[in-house]
Amino acid sequence: MVDVLSVVTDPLDPVSEGWAALVQEDRVHRSLYTEDRVFAEEMVKVFGQTWVYLAHESQLPEPNSFVTGKLGLRPIIITRDRKGTLHAVFNRCAHRAATVCREETGVAKSFQCPYHGWTFRNTGELVGAPWPGGYGDTFNKDELGLGKVTRVASYRGFIFGTLNESAPSLEDFLGQAKPWLDYWIDRAPKGEVIVRAGAHRMVYRGNWKLAYDNGGDGYHPSFSHRSLLEMASRLGDSKDMSYFGKTPDDGAMKIYSLGNGHSVIDQRPNFDGPGSIWANQRPQPGREHFEELIRARYPEDSDRLLDVSAGAQINLSIFPNLLIIGNQIQVIEPLSVDKTQLVWNATSIGGVPDEVNTMRMRTQEDFPAFGEPDDQANFEEVQRGLAVTEVEWILMNRGLNVDGWQTLDANGVVVSAVTDEIHMRSYFEEWLRLMEWTNR
Amino acid sequence: MTIRDIDYSDTSRWSHHVDVDFYADLEHFAELFTADWAVADVNASRSAEGFLAAEARLIDEARFNDWIELFTDDCLYWVPITPGGGDPRREVSHAFDDRRRLTDRVFWLRTGLAFSQIPQSRTRRVISNVEVLDDPGTGLRLVRSNFIVHEFRAGVGKTYPGWYAHVLAPHGDGWRIRLKQANLLDSEHGHENLTLVF
Ligand code: FES
Ligand SMILES: [Fe+2]
Repeated sequence: MVDVLSVVTDPLDPVSEGWAALVQEDRVHRSLYTEDRVFAEEMVKVFGQTWVYLAHESQLPEPNSFVTGKLGLRPIIITRDRKGTLHAVFNRCAHRAATVCREETGVAKSFQCPYHGWTFRNTGELVGAPWPGGYGDTFNKDELGLGKVTRVASYRGFIFGTLNESAPSLEDFLGQAKPWLDYWIDRAPKGEVIVRAGAHRMVYRGNWKLAYDNGGDGYHPSFSHRSLLEMASRLGDSKDMSYFGKTPDDGAMKIYSLGNGHSVIDQRPNFDGPGSIWANQRPQPGREHFEELIRARYPEDSDRLLDVSAGAQINLSIFPNLLIIGNQIQVIEPLSVDKTQLVWNATSIGGVPDEVNTMRMRTQEDFPAFGEPDDQANFEEVQRGLAVTEVEWILMNRGLNVDGWQTLDANGVVVSAVTDEIHMRSYFEEWLRLMEWTNR
Repeated sequence: MTIRDIDYSDTSRWSHHVDVDFYADLEHFAELFTADWAVADVNASRSAEGFLAAEARLIDEARFNDWIELFTDDCLYWVPITPGGGDPRREVSHAFDDRRRLTDRVFWLRTGLAFSQIPQSRTRRVISNVEVLDDPGTGLRLVRSNFIVHEFRAGVGKTYPGWYAHVLAPHGDGWRIRLKQANLLDSEHGHENLTLVF
């Protein structure tokens, strides 16, 4: 048994016992959420040594498009070259480190550093430095390009990057998460998902993992979202999400532990048949007029069009930073050990009448207004509670060794009751694997 | 009862009226609000300032049930994400509340169960640079102003600067709010807990 007290009482070295002492089968140590040093290593390893979601291809619609982002704390630029190939380069001048691109998005073949004018191609190579006569013969342009995120790959529009040459292929990394992502993408005709509809950028004073913990948490809704559930019953009938309150562990709704830290909660068993997702959506502005219009104009197809105007009814978590919830692509952006920005990218879809996308906008305003803020308030209160040094552990033992809860399906996916904290247990396994990575 | 037999007149319950024309009106208002206006006469200015101050006080005193009564049945309380508003048909907003969603919002604030509002936000706002444009064609009064909302909640003070666009419709001796658009200076950037009322 590890002497955990020494871990706590030595503020200079909270992880002296090694990471494995801090992640146990049923609990994790508070320092993983509170210590700067842990955070600093996570930003290098967890956000570097595995595939991290960077952007969506629809944000880079034409050759030479770019969008800026982050890989952990590293500022990066995700680009399409003139032939359309995707790249990601560090937004860090090879000269004296200034960022070379300060726009969020645009079209550019090259970036000229505003500080001393070095110019780089959108694929990273140094084009030139002003007044080259001032440099000696050892100045080698080939060595002075922008650093690269060495592996960049896209799965059906979702762009990921990693610095790890020996990471598996992106498809293998997604693994059992792939069919769920496919379901989500294929709600759009021809899989055309478009990420250009604005984003709720929600900042909370807490560790980034609090958001990931919550992504696969089927235990909290009837408590953390009481205000929303209460509001939704203002007009009588119970609506979306109220099923979390009815002894959810006995219901048909399940959590699936997908491997590599990924998981999904499938809420669809709570709905029955075409049109049911729409029928149970909390009411959006313009809903009645819209439904009338869709039913009149597209009588054959109306249930499908109405259902895609409401959420997808899965919560898919792809470790470490991607949460697909409703129709939104949520990205976790760690800012510091106790500050995080959650970006809720709204999506529209191709191949449907414009009115469908307008209704999708109204649907996607609901949860960021009346649901997520209460969770984030709870994340912040967790962070405050973690200031108690004497109580060291965060529990994730719900569902562990409970008879009859977990079963293994044909694909090797563990299926369990929806409030099982298996999501946390499985992603911390992956977290540990990454944190124990060493390049020495 | 088929969907066509419903009486949609109670807009705290139904939203049949938010249609193509509703969005087209917003586009029209946006054009007016970005134009330069002549200085309004002193009575119009004074009455608009008084209206805004009274509205501000209802919010700052958390009298949300009274506040909502200032709105018309076909109102919109709008806090855009895209600076200036963008196109709400294609973009999401922080708040895009028709009468029903606004009623929901007030109901939600008053449940006492919203953890993001426990403790409740205390706010005080300063409104200035008030400009008024009366539209003789429709009888609507457009009011443009700057605001600073100070918020204190859970030990933290915050400041939100921006500008309001109000479209007021005549009602008895006074006015009702057809559109209230709160344009935050940093609307598309990161915010902590935006559950306060602007
Ligand atoms: S820092 Fe970029 S040119 Fe000097
Ligand atoms: Fe939640």
